[in-house]
Amino acid sequence: MSTEKKQRERTEGGVTRRDMLCAVAGCAAALAGGCVDPTHTGFFQEHFQELGKEDLARILGKLERELSGRFGKDVKFGTQEARPGVEFAYALDISRCIGCRRCVYGCVEENNQSRDPQVHWIRVLEMENERGIDFEGADPYYDAETVPRPGRFYLPVACQQCRNPPCVKSCPVGATWQDPDGITVIDYEWCIGCRCCISACPYGARHFNWTDPEIPAESLNPNMHYLGNRPRPKGVVEKCTFCIQRVRDGRYPACVEVCPVGARKFGDLNDPDGELRYLLEHKRVFVLKNELKTFPRFYYFYGL
Amino acid sequence: MYRGPRWAEATEPSAAAEPEEIQVPPPPFTEGAFPCSDCHDPEIPVNTRRRALTMAHQEIELRHDEAHRWCLDCHDTDDRDVLHLASGERVPFEESYRLCGQCHGDKFRDWRAGVHGRRIGNWDGAKTYLLCVHCHDAHSPRFEPLAPDPMPVRPARTR
Repeated sequence: MSTEKKQRERTEGGVTRRDMLCAVAGCAAALAGGCVDPTHTGFFQEHFQELGKEDLARILGKLERELSGRFGKDVKFGTQEARPGVEFAYALDISRCIGCRRCVYGCVEENNQSRDPQVHWIRVLEMENERGIDFEGADPYYDAETVPRPGRFYLPVACQQCRNPPCVKSCPVGATWQDPDGITVIDYEWCIGCRCCISACPYGARHFNWTDPEIPAESLNPNMHYLGNRPRPKGVVEKCTFCIQRVRDGRYPACVEVCPVGARKFGDLNDPDGELRYLLEHKRVFVLKNELKTFPRFYYFYGL
Repeated sequence: MYRGPRWAEATEPSAAAEPEEIQVPPPPFTEGAFPCSDCHDPEIPVNTRRRALTMAHQEIELRHDEAHRWCLDCHDTDDRDVLHLASGERVPFEESYRLCGQCHGDKFRDWRAGVHGRRIGNWDGAKTYLLCVHCHDAHSPRFEPLAPDPMPVRPARTR
């Protein structure tokens, strides 16, 4: 912006971007200094200052009431934090998966994904035995009478909950981060919908809400988590959270329980007696796109 | 020399250690089939001859090493409401995994560790193990192909 133009705006009573930023910085300094003026909370978005327990309860209560009214159902909202000392991991037995897609729709029901337009957190890829794991030849749109089809195998892919997540690095506003138990979460209130994370994710695990999600009220899952399966607004990104609303309560993710062939395993890596540790010790295990050094917490294994 | 993670050395799968008690849902009996002694009167002498069944259970097609096996290899001759192991030890239907585990020891080990088969409940606590027979038909254990759920809608311009 040229000096003349800036001058003109000033004299005409306009506010330049620079003036605005200075004013905001001043306010922030005042807040940090202890003179908290509650009328400024709206201005800063309610999350800008660290939320106290009461503030959080108030915000969640408001969200609960809104959703309960919208869907005519008693919605329960959780904010369970990561349990100390727990690191979640997942394992999928590709020698057993038959590609029936029960997990896909179980996930949709549990996590309140949009039915139209369709959002699926799990994508089941059909691949040819002869070609092995080859993403170029993979087909998520197989339409078969019965599965498994001869000569094919199936590879379900969802968020790999990387230890070195490219999506988190690419987010310009810090709306997505990795929690201490290993779950990468998204704050739908902060997400600006730029979709940088979608292009950064090498697994195609993130999905964008191009329109307002459509969820039938009768099939809404009222057991929700703030960072998980609460209905998303239009214009934000969403993805698998290992069913954060279930696993932080100690339960298995929905896809683990729904899988008819028992191909899906979930547990705590830090539990020496857990199934994940047994599996990593005794089975042939691999991760997808190892060469990218994303270090997934989602393992694939041969159980046979 | 790197020998893998340190915790891998100490822990061998311990099939010997009997688990406290494995929670299982009720076995998947055919409607009205249990207790078996409702029909199999203990007073009537048992015909132990291997034969094609004609009076009942004709629907059962044995495809489970059928050249070597027959009903009474697993079902107990004297107490029809239980199964029996090769040793002769009787086991209730709720513990049928012990029977299966006699031959399928590797699967049994994996199942107990939670790596083969299905479990529901809590990853950090109480869980229910589905029995072998909840997924596999004991008489014909190979999985039948099943119809998949609908394929996803191909993306279109929604803007």
